Amino acid sequence: MKQLAIISGKGGSGKTTLTAAFASLAKNAVLADCDVDASDMHLILKPEIQEEEDYLGLEVASIDPELCTGCGKCREACRFGAISADITINQYSCEGCAVCTVACPENAVSMKPRISGQVFSSKTRFGPFAHAKLGIGEEASGKLVSAARERAIKLAEQYTKDLIIIDGPPGIGCPVIAAITGTDLVLAVSEPTVSGIHDLKRVIELAKHFRIPVTVCINKFDINEVNSLTIEKFCAEAGVPVLGRLPYDDITTRAMMREETVIEYAARECSLSKENVSFPAKSPCFENSHEHEEPVKGRDFVSEVCKIWEQLEERLS
Amino acid sequence: MKIAIASGKGGTGKTTVAVNLVLSVEGMQLFDCDVEEPNCNLFLGQELEKVEDVSCPVPVIDSDKCTLCGKCATFCRYNALAALPTGIMVFPFLCHGCGGCGLVCPEGAVQEEPRVLGVVEKGKTTAPLEFYRGLLNIGEAMATLVIRTLQEHIDASRPAIIDSPPGVACPVIAAVGNADYCVLVTESTPFGFHDFKLAVEVVKLMKIPFGVVINRDGLGDSRVEDFCRAEKIPILLKIPNDMRIARLYSEGIPFVEEMPGWKEKFAAMFKAIESGSESGVMNA
Repeated sequence: MKQLAIISGKGGSGKTTLTAAFASLAKNAVLADCDVDASDMHLILKPEIQEEEDYLGLEVASIDPELCTGCGKCREACRFGAISADITINQYSCEGCAVCTVACPENAVSMKPRISGQVFSSKTRFGPFAHAKLGIGEEASGKLVSAARERAIKLAEQYTKDLIIIDGPPGIGCPVIAAITGTDLVLAVSEPTVSGIHDLKRVIELAKHFRIPVTVCINKFDINEVNSLTIEKFCAEAGVPVLGRLPYDDITTRAMMREETVIEYAARECSLSKENVSFPAKSPCFENSHEHEEPVKGRDFVSEVCKIWEQLEERLS
Repeated sequence: MKIAIASGKGGTGKTTVAVNLVLSVEGMQLFDCDVEEPNCNLFLGQELEKVEDVSCPVPVIDSDKCTLCGKCATFCRYNALAALPTGIMVFPFLCHGCGGCGLVCPEGAVQEEPRVLGVVEKGKTTAPLEFYRGLLNIGEAMATLVIRTLQEHIDASRPAIIDSPPGVACPVIAAVGNADYCVLVTESTPFGFHDFKLAVEVVKLMKIPFGVVINRDGLGDSRVEDFCRAEKIPILLKIPNDMRIARLYSEGIPFVEEMPGWKEKFAAMFKAIESGSESGVMNA
């Protein structure tokens, strides 16, 4: 079983749009939404939840007011500033270390379990889907990412799938590390902006730090072709393959508004049969699109997505 | 006054709003709290100097004193210590620096040493704005520690803008937690709207007054605006879905510097927030 993670460093660069498109193209995959903070893939995949489980994160300290004398020793010992002057616990600052339970001379502090989120196993029109939802303001999103990935592995075993496609979170911190460790390939989605370039360099370094093969694609490459060349140049220097260049195209928004993947959208717009959906780039629809009354927009975008997917499959096989 | 710029979804324009806002009002402080991917300075181009290292105190076991009782490893909630027959193994990357192992060791065998996981930097130019940022080292997980250390440099007597990381988890809470006001930046697409509602939950939970900037206005539909009107959430500003803005952004140029009239709009937004009259700004 192989695992592919799609990340970007910078948010909003097109991870979920691309991952959903890959869901349309993959033949035998489990999908996993590991952006547990602000997950969006379910808006397109519309999962039918089969199993739901509460996720217990780190525990949270709780003070028994009957026993507390207000001595403040817990507050002195807490390094996370989670105990206020009136000796109450701020659960959003508490990291569950339990130092306060040791510091308290009255045994007034105990650790209580807390539900940090939920993990789901679901069915979608593209196959099994593992996803999770972090409670607002919760700690341990990295651990929840790992829990979602464990679910995905179970689903892959259960349905004999040979690939897990992971939609990763933005950034380079705890949840991103949890999303990429142990995967076989990372695709970093970049955009040709100064921020996009800066963030891409950091995710490439992160993937290399964990010794995971990394590839890149450039989204909206035509909004700044000079910057796109800069990306290609430093990727070449770093030995990172650039698998494709996606043009700026509002097909992504139009597909999202209809809660479809770009592949589904393009296929429906030119009424392709289901068999042809997997590779619309090679389909007559696109070759003859100029004959349509309304030409199919997004052709270059969709064919480039297909090209990227073919290369990913090749690298994973 | 501390104003945090936040959003559930990444890439909605937090940095754009933060940078253009501080360039439109005199005497601001800007804190880039997106320490995983700090981008503000790509638009400010300041020369940076190190203010301090951000470090986490990790245990060092004195093997002469250690009796291998294993109490430290049993206590550690982060599995950063393991008691082996031959000694205590420390995994510094997992350590949160709580100091618990030192507290429970009956032999006083646990010392601590700082492990650097990031840095706080400051722009060398202090006028017209003062700029600080945090930077998390690659491969490190604990963004919150860098954010907390960075925020110690806020001068509460002057207005401060906090550029927050995306999401709804602990780094966001660390960034917006003690703000006096929160500006949520969103776009009116299905993804943008979904994550915007999550961000609204965060600020409501933290009891922080907030308003909305709709970015790429014209993209998608009117769902964000309809929701804001129904929920009586003030819409502070709309930034159009304009290719010029996108290109300036791609080049690292704050668009208020190139497009006339926008400094005034940002300044008006700030004034409305500062004076508490923002609820009437655009909804009226």
